[in-house]
Amino acid sequence: MSMSPSNENNEDENVNKNEEERPATNPATPVGEPETSEPPAKVEAEARVEAQVLKEEPEEAPELVRAAYEHPFAIRVTHWVNAISLFVMVGSGLRIFRAFPSFGPKIPQKVLLDIPKSLTIGGWLGGALQWHFTFMWFFAGSGILYIVYQLLSGHYRTVLFTPRDIPGVWPMARHYFLFGPKPPATGQYNPLQKLAYTSSVAFGALSLLTGIVLYKPTQFSWLAFLFGGFHLTRIWHFAAMCGFLAFIPGHLIMVVLHGWSNFFSMLSGWKREPEYQE
Amino acid sequence: MITRLEDKELKRQSRRELFKLLPVAALGVFAFPKLSDRLVETGVHFSDWAAGALFRSELRAQTFSNFQVVPFEKFPYNGYDVLDPEVDLENWTLTVEGDVQHPGEYKLSQIQALPKLNQNTRHICVEGWDVIGAFGGTPISNFLTLVGANTTARFLEVECADDYYESIDMASALHPQSLLCYEMYGQPLDRKHGAPLRLQMPTKLGYKQAKYLDTIRVTNVLKPGKTGYWEDQGYSWFGGL
Repeated sequence: MSMSPSNENNEDENVNKNEEERPATNPATPVGEPETSEPPAKVEAEARVEAQVLKEEPEEAPELVRAAYEHPFAIRVTHWVNAISLFVMVGSGLRIFRAFPSFGPKIPQKVLLDIPKSLTIGGWLGGALQWHFTFMWFFAGSGILYIVYQLLSGHYRTVLFTPRDIPGVWPMARHYFLFGPKPPATGQYNPLQKLAYTSSVAFGALSLLTGIVLYKPTQFSWLAFLFGGFHLTRIWHFAAMCGFLAFIPGHLIMVVLHGWSNFFSMLSGWKREPEYQE
Repeated sequence: MITRLEDKELKRQSRRELFKLLPVAALGVFAFPKLSDRLVETGVHFSDWAAGALFRSELRAQTFSNFQVVPFEKFPYNGYDVLDPEVDLENWTLTVEGDVQHPGEYKLSQIQALPKLNQNTRHICVEGWDVIGAFGGTPISNFLTLVGANTTARFLEVECADDYYESIDMASALHPQSLLCYEMYGQPLDRKHGAPLRLQMPTKLGYKQAKYLDTIRVTNVLKPGKTGYWEDQGYSWFGGL
């Protein structure tokens, strides 16, 4: 019962004990129901009857729910801190991009994209930079914590996209987009989910590394060189954001389609009645 | 991994785990403009502190060959107010004040007599554009030696003929590529680019490269709200690259 996130393995054991011992020791008082004040004799009589019933159909006795503790605390915290940071980073980033909405030369300047002010955060370039330079710490911190936790805990195995997942991507995409048959759920995440989540971590890493170059191109000139120079780095930084903007709507639509229990699991960690077995 | 547990226990566990997440809601303070204004300012100060701690003066900004330099006419003129504050170039002097052994007025010829450095470096604007230009001048450190500046002081403040003002950390001022620049593209600085003298520091953003220099002051204290024209409105003070 090491699945429990809290230090209450004892309680879990109790649950198990109850499951096994209840018919013999205290059959009339299922956990969670108030004790009755009926005379002991009557209770005993009922208990015997109930014990017999339980012997015949033991699987119905304890009303146990199938559940999985899918998202450890560290994952939930970093997910939400990162989600909030990403929202701010994109909003303020678009405002910063408005100051020079081009990847070409300054003279002559061509406007590549006219981003509406209403979609941006910060009010002006200086304000947007303040938001960007504040939330970059939350974004980087949560991202790094996430990756370190995933690697150290081994939890990454549930979500990391590997070559073995490749054959499963198309059937899943066909199911979502072309109403094909639904492939059976084999784990916490299907191959398409693994691809999406792994990509979003890659976008995060790309946006962080390219952001470092744009912020301090001389201090991190080796990194600038790796990305093909200052100009290309600015394009990669923008591209990483585009990757997020492609991922997020699909992610949110899926969350809505899969309902409350699935969404709530990213808050509480626990998922009730998961689709998969074991 | 599937666990089987009672409904009540599952609810209890879920509630517990949900409450543990509550501190994340503290980020909600950023939704209140009065608080968030202060907080993001603090965020920039923190970033500036980190950038200052990170700054390594032995690292050089990238330099470029003459072929990679943009033509002079494609090097933008940029000013916050007027492009030509009509400096009297004939009688111009640079006022030197503060923690220096020889304060006073310095002529351009005295600055030009110092060892000269020509460099083709990238000028990066906070807006996101950049141009590679050709600059000539003397490293600021040469001039600080000439005036007997206390280089253990923390800051260099400059004031400009167009009422622009700036301040930079001493480590960046002493960087070997940080110039008192009086030439661009082999010609004397033209009026719109800051004649007769400007700062040119490839390890700093464009708004730190003050033009039309008038006064230089070596100091340990910056007046709050008077650290730089754009910085006082919210730009990063360190502005390093």
